[in-house]
Amino acid sequence: MSDAARSAAPAAIAPRLDHPAARVLMRRHHLRWWEALPWLAAMVFYFAFPDYLGFGTELLIAILFALSLDLALGYAGIVTLGHAAFFGAGAYAVGMLAFYGIWTEPITSLSLAAATAAVIGLLSGLVLLRTGGLTLLMLTLCTMALLEEAANMARAYTGGFDGLPSLPIAPVFGVFEFNPLYANTQYLYTLGALLICFAFVRTLIYSPFGQSLTGIRENLLRMHAVGSPVRRRLVVCYTISAALAGVAGGLWAQTNAYVNLSVLDLDRSATVLIILILGGHGRLYGAFVGAVVYLALEHFLAQIYPTAWQLGLGILLVLIALFARNGILGLGETLWRRYGTRLDGS
Amino acid sequence: MTETRLETQGLSRHFGALTAVREIDFKLDAGARHALIGPNGAGKTTFVNLLTGVLRPTGGRVLLAGRDITAKPQAERVKLGIARTFQINRLFRGLSVLENVCIAVAERVGAATSMIYPAGWRTDVIEESMHILATLKLADAARFRVSELPYGRQRLIELAIAIGLKPGVLLLDEPAAGVPSAESHIILDALERLPENIAVLIIEHDMDVVFRFAKRVTVMVRGAIFAEGTPREIETNPQVRAVYLGQAAERRANA
Repeated sequence: MSDAARSAAPAAIAPRLDHPAARVLMRRHHLRWWEALPWLAAMVFYFAFPDYLGFGTELLIAILFALSLDLALGYAGIVTLGHAAFFGAGAYAVGMLAFYGIWTEPITSLSLAAATAAVIGLLSGLVLLRTGGLTLLMLTLCTMALLEEAANMARAYTGGFDGLPSLPIAPVFGVFEFNPLYANTQYLYTLGALLICFAFVRTLIYSPFGQSLTGIRENLLRMHAVGSPVRRRLVVCYTISAALAGVAGGLWAQTNAYVNLSVLDLDRSATVLIILILGGHGRLYGAFVGAVVYLALEHFLAQIYPTAWQLGLGILLVLIALFARNGILGLGETLWRRYGTRLDGS
Repeated sequence: MTETRLETQGLSRHFGALTAVREIDFKLDAGARHALIGPNGAGKTTFVNLLTGVLRPTGGRVLLAGRDITAKPQAERVKLGIARTFQINRLFRGLSVLENVCIAVAERVGAATSMIYPAGWRTDVIEESMHILATLKLADAARFRVSELPYGRQRLIELAIAIGLKPGVLLLDEPAAGVPSAESHIILDALERLPENIAVLIIEHDMDVVFRFAKRVTVMVRGAIFAEGTPREIETNPQVRAVYLGQAAERRANA
């Protein structure tokens, strides 16, 4: 009898997990073939454009920064205009440790940058995330402005407006030097850091925790009503996002070998927001697409129209806002779906 | 002797000079099918908000299985077994129907704090969610986005999410609101299939739903309990007819 019941049980279960909707959920985290493309492209870039590796490094850092913002904004729906606070915290952590000769080993420095940014994210998050909407937007902006002003006034430690130049950074693994003229090491080092951070973010967003963040973004009140400790989740997410932004800032300081107030300013926060919206937020690869398009446009438009390159960018943004609310990737998805249904329909 | 699941003692809530809920003593037993009716503005939704912890009472206590939960926040009350549905749909509209239920189930079984493995590995969560959808005859809609479904079926997802929390007490705030009368039987059928042991409190304006579903009815007027009894007693109570049912009947006649 009990044997029969036991053998019958799996048969009853199987059809449910066999349902297309269940299969979609069970397979969603699987790697797709095209997910190798960005990394292949990055390697092709390395060999094809050896003269542009400095630009490439900048691009990779922008991707990581946008990815960190995507976790907060795209997945948890935390609207922020002050994400540069964490980028800057990471950059200054690396910069001050190196400048005063306290710690120059790059990989451990990056962990310290992440930790510094995470602490600031945690402390500010505990206060800020009690609010929402415009209040939150303003408070994130204030946090960043306060940090920027603190860095400006603490001249003795941060170099004030001039920043900290000529940072000594020890070779990666004790072997590979950062050469200011040939950015090969910087590029591969940054690529490695991005890959690790990306793998982490990807795991996170497909995890049950990531699913609950999506729930918070989709309907905050409902999440309260299913018993979710919403504020704690948001603070955790914000802290992780801050840590990743701190890594991006640390990489920026290391690969440029200097740090100044620009790492903490509104321009940087706004740019990363534009990159993410351009690429498509809440999409994991939006950061990649947005950063590539933004920086490539900036680079080439600035060459062609040195005085008015921002006009071209502005026009693109207006077009995105009007016709592709979910960014370039969102537009791609819509077109793909339309094209796909036409194929199915025939 | 049935056990009392949920109880309020002298529960009150003022908004400034306005008393929305006044000194309510109320009991809900295990397996109860209790309806709360009353004219608009009688304080029914405020009462539910006090029970779920969305609002804090200005006086009185809320007891769950004899335990004082008056000071507990909403999320903790859910963990203790109080679930609700909303008068206006509050769903994860951009996600699939199955995901909507999965989020609730994952939260209940404590999976939602895990960061290091994919949600797709929690087949227990997915399977239970599919099971709930199947019992509500929603399995065929599981992979659709919520926003793609007709409103009547969206209302069922509200119910599916609440069932996913395995509540001991279920508070239904107008489950049939906004559902065309041709579809309201879907909701009624679903309500009748709820696990017997759950204590259910339903706020509803549709008297057909109330009289078919409820075994007891409480009438609230201006924040206080006006009458309580079996559906039959309430229906024949002349005072209730005067303040409430009369209006409803008239409204139905005019419509």
